[in-house]
Amino acid sequence: MRNPLAERVVDIPFSGIRKFFDIVSEMPEAISLGVGEPDFDTPWHIRDEGIYSLEKGRTFYTSNSGLKELRQEIANYMKRRQNLEYDAMKEVLITVGGSEAIDIGMRVMLNPGEEVLIPQPSYVSYEPCVTLAGGVPVIIDLKQENEFRLTAQELLDAITEKTKILVLPFPNNPTGAILEERDLQEIAKVCVEKDIFVMSDEIYAELTYKERHISIAQMPGMKERTILINGFSKAYAMTGWRLGYACGPAAVIEQMLKVHQYAIMCAPTTSQYAAVEALKNGDEDVREMREAYNQRRRYLVHAFREMGLECFEPFGAFYIFPSIQEFGMTSDEFATRFLMEEKVAVVPGTAFGACGEGFLRISYAYSLENLKVAIGRFQHFVERLRKEKGSTKGQ
Amino acid sequence: MREQLLRIIEKNSRIDLKELAVILGVEEAAIIEELQKCEAEGVICGYHTMIDWDKVGVEKVSALIEVRVTPQRGQGFDKIAERIYKYPEVNAVYLISGGYDLLVSLEGKTLREVSAFVSDKLSTLETVISTATHFILKKYKDHGTILEKKYEDTREKVTP
Repeated sequence: MRNPLAERVVDIPFSGIRKFFDIVSEMPEAISLGVGEPDFDTPWHIRDEGIYSLEKGRTFYTSNSGLKELRQEIANYMKRRQNLEYDAMKEVLITVGGSEAIDIGMRVMLNPGEEVLIPQPSYVSYEPCVTLAGGVPVIIDLKQENEFRLTAQELLDAITEKTKILVLPFPNNPTGAILEERDLQEIAKVCVEKDIFVMSDEIYAELTYKERHISIAQMPGMKERTILINGFSKAYAMTGWRLGYACGPAAVIEQMLKVHQYAIMCAPTTSQYAAVEALKNGDEDVREMREAYNQRRRYLVHAFREMGLECFEPFGAFYIFPSIQEFGMTSDEFATRFLMEEKVAVVPGTAFGACGEGFLRISYAYSLENLKVAIGRFQHFVERLRKEKGSTKGQ
Repeated sequence: MREQLLRIIEKNSRIDLKELAVILGVEEAAIIEELQKCEAEGVICGYHTMIDWDKVGVEKVSALIEVRVTPQRGQGFDKIAERIYKYPEVNAVYLISGGYDLLVSLEGKTLREVSAFVSDKLSTLETVISTATHFILKKYKDHGTILEKKYEDTREKVTP
């Protein structure tokens, strides 16, 4: 029998997170700091709207690009929150999570061999999506001394004549890094000058703890060369509803709609009705959740500093990315031992790119009570490691 | 800071001051000062503990009583409200718009005790026109807290 598989796919490795997932699922007593989704339930009024739509029998396909009302609400939201004007009919596409938008965005924009710049550490799916679309991923290693921001120089250094797209994953999973206006201005200048498109994954846009999030699309000359990806998962705690969207130039959105139409038909109808409610009446929920995350964030930054661990202060998403380099272990070794000895799951930084070596992703999508228990164990573990090493660093 | 501080201690008045300072990103001294101000201004009216007495096995009966009254010249409803809220078994008294005037929340040891209060004390007040007593059969949620359900984390333990 012939090999049924395509090399292009087989050659892509499984996510580094999978290994931990497998171990943890055998350890029911383990607690976790390893999730990438909110701990809040979807606000009830949003769920209720989903239920109501089912009761009313709205169980059919919507139009391929999504409910008109939802696209309009998204356009309103973009205007309200980021002062960006998108045509709800031509420049907005509702997708199955932000993930689908990343996938089909790459597929419609890449010709074979064209390069996509991917700053890492970052979310696990950009690289495989580029590869599957026939493009060539080019990794930019972000640095802790820059608080894991992308600098214009790093961008310039990575550009070749084949470069077509820059992925801009900020606020960032796993580092919690953000880009501010000054950073964006410089990056935008390079993109315009070098004629590069940007896929800006802004799924954590609502979860920033400094200034309000700014999109690269707001920079001069950038809206027409930016595919802005966002969704409902993080802001409204709706991960399981699988609903995201892309906003961008009509020519790109139109082609994305074509792929979406053939591959997916339309995003889940129930989720779309719920999402309309989220955008209409959900601002206050988001505000409350953001405040809760911010309190936990401050708690963790403080706790890691007390432990004497090197850690820059993250201002976005719900992750903190401490360095464990002092222990002379790889991230993977550290995370494995921590799980085995203290029964707490964290994700090694390397799951998000090779340059995540020496770091851990700690999620604070947990109640303060749970965080306290987990951090207590972390402290215990760190103290033991320091004793083992005979190290005198820290407290 | 005040609003955030109040939101937190409204849900957890036992929270450690150091921890409050950390999660709000301010100095502990500032927290203490703000709390003292809130207490002095009567913004913080007390630090109570929410107890589900059912689980203790202590018999308690709660009732909500609608009361219609005749407002008194020059004093409106305040005078009669005061006469009612001074009884220690009365938990809360609200002036209500709509079909009746005062809503009285009451707690007693037995049905008989609550009934006795209503018939002997409340209905006999001269400005009270009528009462309607609703006994509470089960509390699902109180003070923003769901009493039965316990939070269960059903998320996968590790996700990207």
